[in-house]
Amino acid sequence: MAERSFAKEVEKLRLGAGEEFAGEGILAITKALLQCGVGYVGGYQGAPISHLMDVLADAQDILGELGVHFEASASEATATAMLAASVHYPIRGAATFKSTVGTNVASDALANLASGGVTGGALIIVGEDYGEGSSIMQERSHAFAMKSQVWLLDPRPNLPSIVKAVEDGFELSEASNTPVMLQVRIRCCHVHGRFIAKDNKRPPMSVADALAAPRRDTGRIVLPPASFLHEKEKVAKRWPAAVDFIRERKINEIFGSDHGSVGIVMQGGMYNSIIRALQRLGLADTYGDTDVSLYVLNAVYPLVDDEFLAFCEGKQAVLVVEEGQPNYIEQAFAAMLHKAGRGTKLVGKEHLPMAGEYTGQVMLDGIGSFLHAYAPHLLPGEVRAPNKLGEGVDTADLVNVVPGRPPGFCVGCPERPIFAATKLVEQELGKHHIASDIGCHLFSIMPPFELGATTMGYGLGPASASAFNSPEAKRRSISFVGDGGFWHNGLTSSIGNAVFNKNDGVIVIVDNFYSAATGGQDILSSRANNKTKSTKHPIDEAVKGMGVKWLRHIDRTYDVGKMQATLREALTTEEKGPKVIVASSECMLNRQRRERPGIDKAIKAGERVVKPKFGVDEDICTGDHACMRLSGCPSLSVKTLDDPLRDDPVASIDQNCVGCGNCGEVADAAVLCPSFYRADVVHNPGRWDRFLESARRAAIGLLQRRRESRRLMFADA
Amino acid sequence: MLDHSAALRPKAGPSDDERVIKLAVLAVGGQGGGVLADWITDVAERNGYIAQSTSVAGVAQRTGATIYYIEMARDTGRLPVFALSPSQGDVDILIAAELMEAGRAIIRGFVTPERTTLIASSHRIAAVSEKIEPGDGRASSEKVHATAEAAAKRFIAFDMEKIAAENGTMISASLLGALAGSDTLPFTRESYEQAIGAGGRGVKPSLAAFGAAYDRARGIATAPVGEKAATKPAAFETKSTANVSGPETLLKGWQELAARVAALPEPVRDMAERGLKKVVDFQDIAYGGEYLDRMDRAVALDNAEHGYALSIAAAKHLANAMCYDDMIRVADLKTRSTRDKRVRKEVGAKEGSVLQVTEYFHPRIEEFCGTLPAGLGSYIESRPKLAAFLDRRINRGRHIRTDGFSGFAMLWFIGGLRRWRRRLLRHRIEVEHLERWYELALAHARENYALGVEILNCRRLIKGYSDTHARAQSKFDRVLSALAMLEGREDAADWIRRLREAALKDEKGDMLDGALKTVATFGDSPA
Repeated sequence: MAERSFAKEVEKLRLGAGEEFAGEGILAITKALLQCGVGYVGGYQGAPISHLMDVLADAQDILGELGVHFEASASEATATAMLAASVHYPIRGAATFKSTVGTNVASDALANLASGGVTGGALIIVGEDYGEGSSIMQERSHAFAMKSQVWLLDPRPNLPSIVKAVEDGFELSEASNTPVMLQVRIRCCHVHGRFIAKDNKRPPMSVADALAAPRRDTGRIVLPPASFLHEKEKVAKRWPAAVDFIRERKINEIFGSDHGSVGIVMQGGMYNSIIRALQRLGLADTYGDTDVSLYVLNAVYPLVDDEFLAFCEGKQAVLVVEEGQPNYIEQAFAAMLHKAGRGTKLVGKEHLPMAGEYTGQVMLDGIGSFLHAYAPHLLPGEVRAPNKLGEGVDTADLVNVVPGRPPGFCVGCPERPIFAATKLVEQELGKHHIASDIGCHLFSIMPPFELGATTMGYGLGPASASAFNSPEAKRRSISFVGDGGFWHNGLTSSIGNAVFNKNDGVIVIVDNFYSAATGGQDILSSRANNKTKSTKHPIDEAVKGMGVKWLRHIDRTYDVGKMQATLREALTTEEKGPKVIVASSECMLNRQRRERPGIDKAIKAGERVVKPKFGVDEDICTGDHACMRLSGCPSLSVKTLDDPLRDDPVASIDQNCVGCGNCGEVADAAVLCPSFYRADVVHNPGRWDRFLESARRAAIGLLQRRRESRRLMFADA
Repeated sequence: MLDHSAALRPKAGPSDDERVIKLAVLAVGGQGGGVLADWITDVAERNGYIAQSTSVAGVAQRTGATIYYIEMARDTGRLPVFALSPSQGDVDILIAAELMEAGRAIIRGFVTPERTTLIASSHRIAAVSEKIEPGDGRASSEKVHATAEAAAKRFIAFDMEKIAAENGTMISASLLGALAGSDTLPFTRESYEQAIGAGGRGVKPSLAAFGAAYDRARGIATAPVGEKAATKPAAFETKSTANVSGPETLLKGWQELAARVAALPEPVRDMAERGLKKVVDFQDIAYGGEYLDRMDRAVALDNAEHGYALSIAAAKHLANAMCYDDMIRVADLKTRSTRDKRVRKEVGAKEGSVLQVTEYFHPRIEEFCGTLPAGLGSYIESRPKLAAFLDRRINRGRHIRTDGFSGFAMLWFIGGLRRWRRRLLRHRIEVEHLERWYELALAHARENYALGVEILNCRRLIKGYSDTHARAQSKFDRVLSALAMLEGREDAADWIRRLREAALKDEKGDMLDGALKTVATFGDSPA
């Protein structure tokens, strides 16, 4: 079950021609796919495109009605390879994943797909995880488009433009027999807007039809000599076809005055921020009307030479706004102008930062600087010579005050005790080389755990520790991999590799029952009943099947002592070969979402329900915060006591505590302090509960009264 | 070719009708910022506006700092071009769902004095970096408040989390109330309430929190009143005998002790009385007498000129030192009737529900020996093999149910060892340590008053149980080891304070070691 349900929203996918669709970007993309008569869709989750997969999963009834096949692919490579269905058959297919990490994984399949080319439209929707909020390395998808020669669309970030780009993408793909990538940036995926819908279309040919009448064409298979012909075909046939399509269909747009002395060329995705900068410079109105000439590249690859040269006609200078580096587009345009012998000055990264996100301020500064240099007459007086209103307040002081707030483990996360145990084992046995992986468990690199030295890619944690395998080594490496990464490719690249190479390291597989970091989607080892997918395949079995001999399974990660003992054993055992620990407990976020409504209902209905919560005896807590250095739970925090005798704040557990048990277990395993207690509230206690309670109360009360009647009692003590 | 004459149409300064309103929400993941953004979008649309909201979800949802961004403009029939993220100096309304997020917004330039209304909940969610310091690592809220006052056009801040909790809902509801109450958007209160109603879930508590925050924001908007209505401590006289109960003889003893406190210089009394209560509560009346005897030694050296700083520090730290954390104290505190009540309140257990309480203990041989008569305890401790043998039997986690009779009775029994405490090993160790430290402080105070005070304050370093306690002891010793190097220096007190502060910064005392190295260089060049 995914973190977010789109069950209600997907009903919007049924809207017919002329009706207004209102909703999020990803939902609009899904609607556009259906309007285009897509035959099959698939992909792999990952921000910012996770929700697109969730929408598709929740829309399976609607997809089914239309005869559209949906595939939750094992990886981005799988998703891209799936598009092979469009090679011989005129079926439109779409795959979606996060870029650039997903594109990296997909690039083998992408290259093969691009080489043979496609008959049916093949669209790859990549969620560009670039800039603020991104969790990955900062690279460009553009390079992949260039190297495999697939076309790249980067539409203006509004719903009508994105929807149109999906339609254009399929047609472009078919017109040029080439797969097309459609890139949507992170905020665009989540933008809330409107467009006028069209009717959904059944695919003219379904995958079932294709299976009934198989086709093959050796010329489309990547094998010599066909592969050499493919390369020529790409430049001789497909490229010109794509350029013609983009030109004739006016995929790229021109706005503003056509006779200005300066112009701005941009990736479509940059359009809104450029208009905002122009608005702030007094050169555009609320609706984007402006006198500055704008050339908006909704297709950023391939570029259309004559279109660009025509835009530059009569212009003294043109600014290329291209986010990310290297600046492929700027270089290409510079070459075009040079070869055409034009005098128009082309500038780009001189006025804008070479790297990094083009935020509002960056855009304002960059465009302001460009216009100052090449068209100062356009700028209003106050922009040319601003009367400074004052620099605002000095925030230098504040910078040292405001703490960083990186993402971390949720309240009650079952991965927290795994890393608490790791930290405790390191206190015993010394520091180890720890290889991390992608997933929630990567938060272990942050305080308070500060574990992990590298992260090399999804499912590659143990693989990235493979060099650390020496017969002379006195200490073993520890590596982590999540269940998501394990099934994505870790089973072979990490586990299989370790078995085959007789790696002596310790591998911890963090099994939280979901692909949790991407939004809680089900995977092979999920324990949930999934209507359309096959789940409940134990990781243990797979690991054993790979040939691992030393395998331990921990089915309750909150048992810090056991976790610690198992890690210690793995690090010290005489046994050779990989030591694999599968640490399983359900993702608390998902568990709460699943259980809470039921529990609340049961309590209301008068059923007996036991709800745990942790607490701290504040007079026993000494305020040394050792517990927090082994936890980082958002629910476990500090509070000031109203007692001048106490200097430091004490530990305190807030109402969000889910009673996972970590606090008590850590206090126990690390021998911290006796201030934690677990209070299980028995809602709607039964007769027996109440009888036992009153008997105990009576006996305990007797002892309490006996002692308390013989001592001084301070009401405020 | 070049057309410099291109006329510029007047684009600047759109009329009020076409103006884009820009609103950013800075929240901590999990606070319900998405719900708030949806409500605001809905309110705007209900009022004939076109609105666009965006967010960066994904990993940032998990307890990290998160931004939601909304732009809106009156619907004139044409689609405005909205930006997808806030720009520096270009935000009309900034809502911070936590105080430090307001600080972050200011740092990022989203708050400007000419135009930004800053609405912030004044409560704190401590970041991990603030929580893991052994001392008090929390950021200064005052600084954020002060900067916000200067940085924003209007600054509306109060504890919106509390309002939400009081009404049984999430902070998004009270944030929306504060936004409505601030009157910065041209929308009616009813339209906000309709948006909440349309959400369909938890409408009633949300409306209640909305309303409370609305009124509060209105109040601030019309007549700014200071947030902090400092509660003055009640007058001393009313406290000394009030709230104390017990057998007649003990009360009489207490009154004698209270009279001794009343005879202390006025500035010392409050702390001394609190300390006295603590030590009497820890042990007995006689122990209180010992406390006051020790106090007298500090007072004898003290005078009004120094504001009795030495005596006040002594009052505080003597009490803490005398109330060391042994098994008896823990057991005693956990078996009191008042503790029962507090736990019930803390976990929100309603009348009629049964509570089961589990305590987490992990005794080691050290704790065991400490609870034995001094002779026997040190006999065992001086025999490593015997100690290790016993440790193997004792040293493990014990989960004790104090709602059950046997678990409770066991702790009750241990708590009852109090009357023999003076004869136990731990007490002997603690008293020796205390005397050494106290004598050291007083001795230095005679020569260098400030240094004496700082030595007393070093007691703050000693806390925690087992390993943490051992580490704290070691830090305490390391700080005081600098005394020899600081001999005769006028700034010795200052350095001890600095060393102590460094020791509270990290777990192992790395900062302290660095600072000690600096101190060690003093020997080469005397001040």
